Amino acid sequence: MRAFIVGCGRVGAGIAERLARAGHDVTVIDISTEAFARLEPDFPGTAVRGDGTDEDVLRRAGAQGADVFYALTEGDNRNILSAQLASESLDVGRVVAKINDPVRSEAYTSLGIATLCRTVMLVDALSAYAGLPIEAGIHGVSEATGIHPGGEHHAAAPAAREA
Amino acid sequence: MYVIVVGGGKVGYYLTKELLAAGHEIVLLEKDPRRARQIADEVGSIVLARDGCEGKHLAEAGANRAAIVAAVTGDDEDNLVVCQMAKHHFDVPRTIARVNNPKNEELFRHLGVDDIISPTRMILGAVEQDIPVHELLHLAQLEGGELEVMEAQIAVGSPALGRRPGDIDLPDGCSMFVVIRDEVAQSIRPETVFQVGDKVIAITRTECQIDLHRELIGSAEVGAR
Repeated sequence: MRAFIVGCGRVGAGIAERLARAGHDVTVIDISTEAFARLEPDFPGTAVRGDGTDEDVLRRAGAQGADVFYALTEGDNRNILSAQLASESLDVGRVVAKINDPVRSEAYTSLGIATLCRTVMLVDALSAYAGLPIEAGIHGVSEATGIHPGGEHHAAAPAAREA
Repeated sequence: MYVIVVGGGKVGYYLTKELLAAGHEIVLLEKDPRRARQIADEVGSIVLARDGCEGKHLAEAGANRAAIVAAVTGDDEDNLVVCQMAKHHFDVPRTIARVNNPKNEELFRHLGVDDIISPTRMILGAVEQDIPVHELLHLAQLEGGELEVMEAQIAVGSPALGRRPGDIDLPDGCSMFVVIRDEVAQSIRPETVFQVGDKVIAITRTECQIDLHRELIGSAEVGAR
């Protein structure tokens, strides 16, 4: 499997290591080379410096046609842009965006992007620790519920209102 | 008309002032409280120190009754999110995004942003009217400046377009050796046919540059180097 990861923070570096050690072809991109210090010295994947919200940069780094794409920077909106570039312009099979704002996370799930919300996951986990009942188990990646391509979704959405 | 402006940089600030002067009902969302206060001091209480990317702040600003949401921050990703939230969560009839990276225009349009304003594209257009875009690019000098390695991009209107190397009349001491097509370098063969966007790498004696220019780019702009 070919995996592409935007953002080499703790989470990005963690999943990059894990996938690469499992024998997958992994590329991780970050705007800062210092971020790559989080990777083990013998990291078996590829690390590329660049802006993961720039289509040209992503293409040059080989994101086109990846099997899975993770947008894991510290910026929700950067992840949203990056993820939508991947699914709209780069023919990526599966795309996950980390969106820590629960409202935005839910909104984009319904707009067709699989999302991962750290806030919801932590609150769920901590509630479970305190013995509170958790609806439908602890959250992981929320699979997309809507259809992405703006076009299709757009046509189906009640965007016109009564206007 | 009720307009929500997101982003209180220079563009947002002047836009808000102009719209107010034109008699529209405006709310400006600027997430930096200091900047928000600064603008509010001048234009009054229509400034909210809120992040317009968050759904609840758009709701607070009355996005569900807005005719237009204009996202004019300096960050493309923020402008995209504002417009998508406005469109899909609040059914705003018209969303406008400022886009800095011209490559994002198509994506934004595809994702449902109604109007896309690209200052970069506009300035580029203005510049291109005056200056020929495709020039010979000097890549390297060899033999103490006797020889130059140059790149010429084949554009619409180039005399070389659709021709083979053998059909191109270059003086001795001037030879094309590599063409870069779709970011891949390939040797120039007798059967190569030049296409729009090809970058031809040639090596030439310094005094033959004009011939190279004429044959690959066109004669009109010789001298504009």
